[in-house]
This record gives sequence, C-alpha cells and structure tokens, in this order.
Amino acid sequence: MPYIPLEAHLPGITGLLEYRQDSAAPIRELTQVLMRGPSTLTEGERELIATLVSSRNQCSFCTAAHTAAANVILGETDTSEKVKKDLPTAPVSEKMKALLTIASQVQQGGKNVTPESIQWAKEEGATDIEIHDTVLIAALFCLYNRYVDGLATVTPVQSDFYNNLGNRLKEHGYNRLKNGYEHLKNQPVK
Amino acid sequence: MAYINVPDGVPGIRSLVMFRPETGKPLYALAQVLLRGESTLSEAERELIAAYVSSRNDCLFCMSSHAAASRCLYGKRENIVDEVLKDMDHSQISDKLKALLRIAGKVQVLGKEVRPEDIDAAKKLGATDREIHDTVLIAAAFCMFNRYVDGLASWTPTDPTMYAEMGARMARGYVMPNTPNTVS
Repeated sequence: MPYIPLEAHLPGITGLLEYRQDSAAPIRELTQVLMRGPSTLTEGERELIATLVSSRNQCSFCTAAHTAAANVILGETDTSEKVKKDLPTAPVSEKMKALLTIASQVQQGGKNVTPESIQWAKEEGATDIEIHDTVLIAALFCLYNRYVDGLATVTPVQSDFYNNLGNRLKEHGYNRLKNGYEHLKNQPVK
Repeated sequence: MAYINVPDGVPGIRSLVMFRPETGKPLYALAQVLLRGESTLSEAERELIAAYVSSRNDCLFCMSSHAAASRCLYGKRENIVDEVLKDMDHSQISDKLKALLRIAGKVQVLGKEVRPEDIDAAKKLGATDREIHDTVLIAAAFCMFNRYVDGLASWTPTDPTMYAEMGARMARGYVMPNTPNTVS
C-alpha cells in the first residue's frame, strides 16, 4: 500500500507523476531530453544506464520497467541481464563499459566518481556531453528510485505489465500521454 | 577542476546548466516548483530539507548554498539552520518538521529505508499526505542534484561570503543563468 493516496490503476512512478503534475512536468521534460533527445548515445544505451542504476538502488519497479524498455529497443534480453549481473562480461563497447562504470559510481555518491574512470571513458572516445549525460541520467534515476520506493508505490509482479510499459516507453518516450492514463483503468494490475 | 569543459570561474550547478541548457532548464524548473511553488511547508523549511539531505550526501556546494538560502528565508531565526545541521534531534524546530526531516534522512540512504512507522509518526504530528510527498520528492531530488554537482567535480567555492550572496539570490527564486546562446 502506498503511503499516500494514489490512483490504483497507476502503479510505480506513473501514479506519483499524476499525483502532483506541476512537479512532474519538469521531471518528465528532463527525462525526455536525456533518454530520447538528440544524443550520440543510442536510446538502448541510455536505457541500460537507467537499468543498472535502478538495479543497484534495489528499486524493483524501475529495474523491471527499464529492463523491459532496453530489451524491446535492443531486441534481445542478454545485454540488460549481463549489465545488471556481471558488467565486465556484458556485450557492450569498451566506451559503454567505462560510462556504465561511471554511472555505478554516481549511484554510490557523487564523490565516488574517480578521475580514473573519467580518463578511461575519454580514452575510449567518450565526449564531454556523453560523460555529462551519463552522470545526469544516473543521478536522475537516484531521484526516481527513491521517489518510487520512498512512498511505497505498488510494484506489479506480472511480466506482461512491464512488457506493455517497455513498449510504451519505446513508442511514446517520457512525455505525459496526450489523453492521460484513464484508458489503463481497463487493464487490471497484478 | 571539473571533469568536463564547463565555463571557468562559475561554481557548482550553474556551470553545469550553462554547459547543457537543454537539461538545465527543467532542472531549474524542478527546483523552483519544489522549493518556491505552492506548499504548506514554508520556503525556509523546504530549503532546510534540501540543506539537510545535501549535508548527509556530503555535497558541500549544495549544503552551503541551500543552508544560506534557508538562513535568508528564516530571517531573525536563521540560527535554526545551523542547529539542525549540527544536531537535528535537539534543534528548536517543530516535532512535525523533525519527523519530516527523519523521512528525508531515510530517503537519502535509499527509498526502501522509509518505513510505515516513519510515515505514521509524521502523520500523527499533523503532516499531510502532500507534505509527506513533497518531503520525499525534495529529498530524492537532492540525491540527484548532489550527485550531479559532485559526480562531475564542478567547482566548490570555499569562501563563505560567496554562499551568502548565492543564498540571497536563491531566496528570490531559481532562474537559469545566462548562457552564451542566450546572451545577446
């Protein structure tokens, strides 16, 4: 049971973003720019950063949601699993391994980011904007994960829920749906 | 020195939002709505939550600047800020604000650390759902801001007079600094 009254058909983050829409607007805008805006990192790579950080923050809802988004974008499930469970063996570029390492350091705390990991990323060709966006995506998910779990939102158990959500994040990104979320009332949350 | 090529001589988050205004704009809008928007928590109290979480995240830039903003907003009662940062339990703030700061402290560690008894304690002292929501979101937002500022090793001034000036400016609201693209 969430700690505050939220719409029962909107588990996880969506109910919170609907609860207070004036604070949701800049959060959604920031997420859309970082995760779907013009970037030399692919949308799949950016979802992997979100997945790794959410997993390290033990946020089941965000981990499942962004794993599903990464999988539907990448068209396979192996990469996201390895990023979460054994980063060194993940089938991603050396540059992405360096950026994901930076993200994992941000998850621990800002001061945990080392000059060595920044150097590694730069040697592998990461640009300043890529490093900036990696740090800010990781920091943003430290917000989301705490928001979602700190208010004890509902975490659905059915994998169908996350497959639908992953598809929605691929098709529509992070902006509020034009007509809101009333249509989801017909889909039972399990 | 910052890890990326941000403008020289500009401290903390200001240098980062000048580097990337596309993300800076919603970041400043979020600070404005959470810390200056409509709320039954005073602006001084909300800045105190920001300073408290930043202190626990060991982010000197955010802690010093939001403490300065909170002092400005508390006015004659500015000593409250340093009392809370030193020993929140024995400070002279209300029991309700103490309960909210305890929730913020749990959020700083991790979302799951917030327990039903923490929420019950705050509600028994009169905290509303919306105040609890805003406390959690402010605390979560500063877990982002703190990591952004320190994760890119942005410049943290050590001169207290710089923070007093920042606090006075922040007390009036969060406005994006001019960037090379917007300066005419």
